[in-house]
Amino acid sequence: MADTLTSGAFVEFERVQKSYDGETLVVKDLNLSLPKGEFLTMLGPSGSGKTTCLMMLAGFETATHGDIRLDGVSINNIPPHKRGIGMVFQNYALFPHMTVAENLSFPLEVRKMGKAEREQKVQRALDMVQMGAFGGRRPSQLSGGQQQRIALARALVFEAELVLMDEPLGALDKQLREHMQFEIKRIADNLGITVVYVTHDQTEALTMSDRVAVFNDGRIQQLAPPDELYEAPQNSFVAQFIGENNTLEGVVKEIKGGTCIVQLDGGEVIDAKPVNVTQPGERTRVSIRPERVEYNKNRLQEGAHTLKAEVLEFIYMGDIFRTRLRVAGNDEFIIKTRNAPDVERLKPGQQIEIGWLPEDCRALDAN
Amino acid sequence: MTDATHDTTARGKPGPMLAADGTPLKRSLARALRMQKIRALLLIAPLLLFVLVTFIAPIADMLFRSVENDIVANTLPDTVEELASWDGASGETPSEAVYQALYFDLFIAAEAKEHTKLGTRLNYEQTGISSLFRSTGRNLDDLGKDYQKTLKKIDKSWDDGAFWYALMSGEGGEEVLESHRLQYMQLIGQSPRSIISRFWCVIRGIFYKACPTALEDIDLNFTPSAEAAQMLPATVAAYSDFAVFTVLADGDVVAEEDPWEAVYAAFAQDLNAPGTVEKIQSYSGPGQAELLAVTENLADLPAPDFKTTFLDIDKDWGKIENWQTIKIYSPKYTSGYFLNSVDLMKTPEGIDARPENQRIYLKLFKRTLFMSLVITGSCILLGYPVAWILANLPARKANLLMILVLLPFWTSLLVRTSAWKIMLQQQGVINDTLVWLGLVADGNRLVMINNQFGTIVAMTHILLPFMILPMYSVMQTIPPTYLRAAKSLGATNWTAFWRVYFPQTVPGIGAGSILVFILSIGYYITPEIVGGTTGTFISNRIAYHISSSLNWGLAAALGTILLGVVLLLYWAYDRIVGIDNVKLG
Ligand SMILES: Nc1ncnc2c1ncn2[C@@H]1O[C@H](COP(=O)(O)OP(=O)(O)OP(=O)(O)O)[C@@H](O)[C@H]1O
Ligand SMILES: [Mg+2]
Repeated sequence: MADTLTSGAFVEFERVQKSYDGETLVVKDLNLSLPKGEFLTMLGPSGSGKTTCLMMLAGFETATHGDIRLDGVSINNIPPHKRGIGMVFQNYALFPHMTVAENLSFPLEVRKMGKAEREQKVQRALDMVQMGAFGGRRPSQLSGGQQQRIALARALVFEAELVLMDEPLGALDKQLREHMQFEIKRIADNLGITVVYVTHDQTEALTMSDRVAVFNDGRIQQLAPPDELYEAPQNSFVAQFIGENNTLEGVVKEIKGGTCIVQLDGGEVIDAKPVNVTQPGERTRVSIRPERVEYNKNRLQEGAHTLKAEVLEFIYMGDIFRTRLRVAGNDEFIIKTRNAPDVERLKPGQQIEIGWLPEDCRALDAN
Repeated sequence: MTDATHDTTARGKPGPMLAADGTPLKRSLARALRMQKIRALLLIAPLLLFVLVTFIAPIADMLFRSVENDIVANTLPDTVEELASWDGASGETPSEAVYQALYFDLFIAAEAKEHTKLGTRLNYEQTGISSLFRSTGRNLDDLGKDYQKTLKKIDKSWDDGAFWYALMSGEGGEEVLESHRLQYMQLIGQSPRSIISRFWCVIRGIFYKACPTALEDIDLNFTPSAEAAQMLPATVAAYSDFAVFTVLADGDVVAEEDPWEAVYAAFAQDLNAPGTVEKIQSYSGPGQAELLAVTENLADLPAPDFKTTFLDIDKDWGKIENWQTIKIYSPKYTSGYFLNSVDLMKTPEGIDARPENQRIYLKLFKRTLFMSLVITGSCILLGYPVAWILANLPARKANLLMILVLLPFWTSLLVRTSAWKIMLQQQGVINDTLVWLGLVADGNRLVMINNQFGTIVAMTHILLPFMILPMYSVMQTIPPTYLRAAKSLGATNWTAFWRVYFPQTVPGIGAGSILVFILSIGYYITPEIVGGTTGTFISNRIAYHISSSLNWGLAAALGTILLGVVLLLYWAYDRIVGIDNVKLG
C-alpha cells in the first residue's frame, strides 16, 4: 500500500508513526488516503491504535514520524481549533454545564456568528437528529442515545467537511445502535461530508462504510470496501477478524494457475486459491466461510476434492441451520445452510462429505 | 392514581389496609420504622452526646452569656429594687432610701468579697466604678463602729454577741431568714439544688461519698423573733444577713460571734424610725431593760445619713453617671454587650452612638471581612494553577507535588507564622535581598510585617491547602476530553478554558472559598503574631476580652455576631451559588 499518495486526496497519512513512551510504536508505518465524501471506518481490536490515529488527525497528538495532510496542507501547521474538523468523542464530551442548545451554539459562537443565524443553525441541526424539542435540556437529562445524537449534531452544526467519530455507538443497546448506524449514514450521505469512523464492531463497519481499514498491531492489515474485505481477506488476521470463518492448517503441495493444492496436517488434500502463498512447501492456513461449504454432492464441481466430516451438533436458527462438524481433526468447523425445503437436516453422528469451490477457499499466511 | 381512587369510592368503604397479623398496615409500618430509627439513634448516640457536650453546649453558653447580666441584681438586690423608682434622666442623685439599701447590700457583698466582681463588671460600661466599689467596700465599717461605741457606753451588753443573739432570737421569723439565705446564695452565684442534682447526690452517696449538705439545707441554729422583726425590722434584716454569712461562709456559731457594724447602723436607723420607741416601751422580751435604756439616750444615737456616709467615703457616689450605669445594667438580661459590639451604647435617653474615639468594633468587623475576602481571593489566584497542575500531572509527579501542598499542614502553625516574620521583617530575608539587588535603598526598607500586608501574606500561605484540595478534587473529575472537544469545535485555548473548563471548576472554587473564608474570618494566631495594630482581626479582640479584660459577655456578643455573619454569608452563598454545587471531593 505504498501507492496511496493519490493526488486530490482529502486526508492523507504518509508513513506515520506514533509512540507515546519512546519504547513501543503504537502506530507503525500508517499510510492512508481518502477522497472527499468518503465514509471510512477504522476497525480493529482494542488497543490497535485507532483512537491514536484519530487524535493525530484532530491534532491532539502529534505524529512521532511522518506527515498527515488535510486538503494538501500538512496538519502540523494548523492548530486544532483551526482545522475545522468535527469530532464525536467516545464518551460524547457534551459540556455538562451548558444546555443542549448552548452546546450546539458553542462552535458557532467561537466563530463569531450572529445570534439569529446561530439559533437558526442550531435548530436545523437539532431537527436533523430529530431532537428539535430538547434544546433547553442539560446533557445529564438525556438518554444515552439522545446524548449521542446531540454529540453528532454538535460535530455537524458548524459544517465541518471532515467529521471524526470515535466509537460513538459504543454505549448504546443493540436496537438503538442499529437505528443510529442508519441515521449517521443517512446524514453523512445527505451532507456529503467525509467521515472517519472508529469502531471495533465489524457489523457496524461493514454496514456503514464505503471502505474499511482493518487495524491490528499499529498497522492497516487491509483497506477495502466491505464486500471485498469479507469475501477476499488479504491475510488470516482479516479473515478471522471479519465474520465467521473456518480455518484448516497445512502445507502447499502445488501451485498452478489460479489454484493450489494444500495437504492438510491430517494428510487430506484440498483445493484452494493461493492468496498469500507463493511456492510449494510453504505452510499455510486456509480459510473457508461457513456459508460457502457444500455437502450436497450435486452442487459440487466435477473432480473437486472432498473431505470426510462427522456431524457434532445441529442448531436450528430459523432462517439458517448452523452445523458443527469435525473435519480433519478440527472440532470447530461450522457450516451454515439456508433453510430451504430441499435442504437436508443433518443429525449428530451422521457421516457426510463436504467440499467447496476452489476460489472460496483461500490459502493465507500461516500466522 | 385517579383510577385507584375511583375504585375505592366505587366499593364504598375504603377501609385501612391491614398487615398479615390484622393490625393496620400504617401502624405496623410505623412500628417497624420506629425500631429502625431507635437503633440508628442508639448507634450515633455516643457521637451525638459528644457533639452536644463539647460543641453545642459551649455555643449555647456563649449565646447565653452575650445577654446574661444578673450580677447587678444578685449583688445589690434591694438597691436595684429601690432604684426602679429613680428617674435617671432627672439629673438628681437617688434618694436616701437607695443609699440605705446600697449600704446593706454592699456590706454583705463586701464581706463575701463579691463587690469587686460587680465593680469590674460595671467598669466595662463606666470607667472608675471598679475602684469606687473597692474603696467603698473597705470603709463601710466606720458608720456602725461609731454607734457601737455609743451603745457600749450606755450598756456593756450591747457589745456582747450572746446578748444580741438572745435579743434577735425567737419564733416566727423563718421567712425573713430564708429570704436572706436566698439572697446570699444568689450573691455567691449558687442556686438551690434541683431535683436532678439531688437525685444525683443520692446515687453518689451510695457509690462514692455523699455530697456536702446543700446551703439551703444547713441548719443556721437561729430563728429571728417575729416580735423583734416587727419592732426593729432593719436590725433583724441586717442580723439575718450576719447570721447567714456566719454559718454558711465562716462555719461559725451565730450566738458566739459579735454582730457586724451594719447591725449597729441598722439598729440606729430603727431607733429613729417613727413608732419604734412606743413599740419598745410595750416590749417585754429578752433585753427589755437594755432597750429601754437606749430609748432614754436617743439623743446620742442620731439616725444614720447613708448618703452623706457614701459621699464621704467617695464623692463619686454623687456622680449621676455611676448611678445611671447601675440602673441601666440592673435588669437580668441586657442588650448592652451587643450594642457595645457595634459601637453603640445605652444611655438613660435610649440607644446612642459611642464617642468617636471608642468606636472600634465596626471597623474591626469590616476589616475582618475585607481581609478575609482578600485572603480568599489570593488563595484562589494562587491555588487554581497549582490545583490544575496537580490534576493534570501524571500520578507519580502529582503525588510529589501534593506532598509539597500538604507540607504546611504538617508544620506547626506557630512555626510557619514565625517563619513569615523572619522573611518579611525589615531586617529580614526579602528586604535584605531587595537591598542587595539595589531595588530598595537601605534606609528605605519596606514595611511588610505587623500590618495588613503581613497578615494577608501569612494567612494566604497557611490557608492555601484548604483552597487547593477541593479545587483539585473537582478538577480531577473533569475529563480532558471536554477541552479537546472544545478545541475541535473551534475554540482557542483561552476560550476552551474559560467557557468549558472553568465553569466546571466553580463548585471546587466555591467549596474552597467557603472553607478559606470561614476559617480566616475567625483566625486568631497569625494576625496576633504578624498583624501589628492594623492587621488584627475581630477574633483578636475576642481573645483579648476572654483572657485579658475578662469581659466574657462582650466576647460572647462579638462571637455571636461573627457566628451570625458566617451563617448569613452561608445562606447568601446557598441562595446565589447553591450549596449542592459545592464539591469537597
Ligand atoms: N496517552 C497515552 N499514553 C500512553 N499510551 C497510550 C496513550 N493512549 C493510548 N496509549 C496506548 O496506545 C495503544 C493504542 O491505544 P488506542 O487508544 O489508540 O487504542 P484503540 O484502538 O482506540 O483501542 P479501543 O478500541 O480500546 O479504544 C494502547 O496500547 C494504549 O495503551
Ligand atoms: Mg479508542
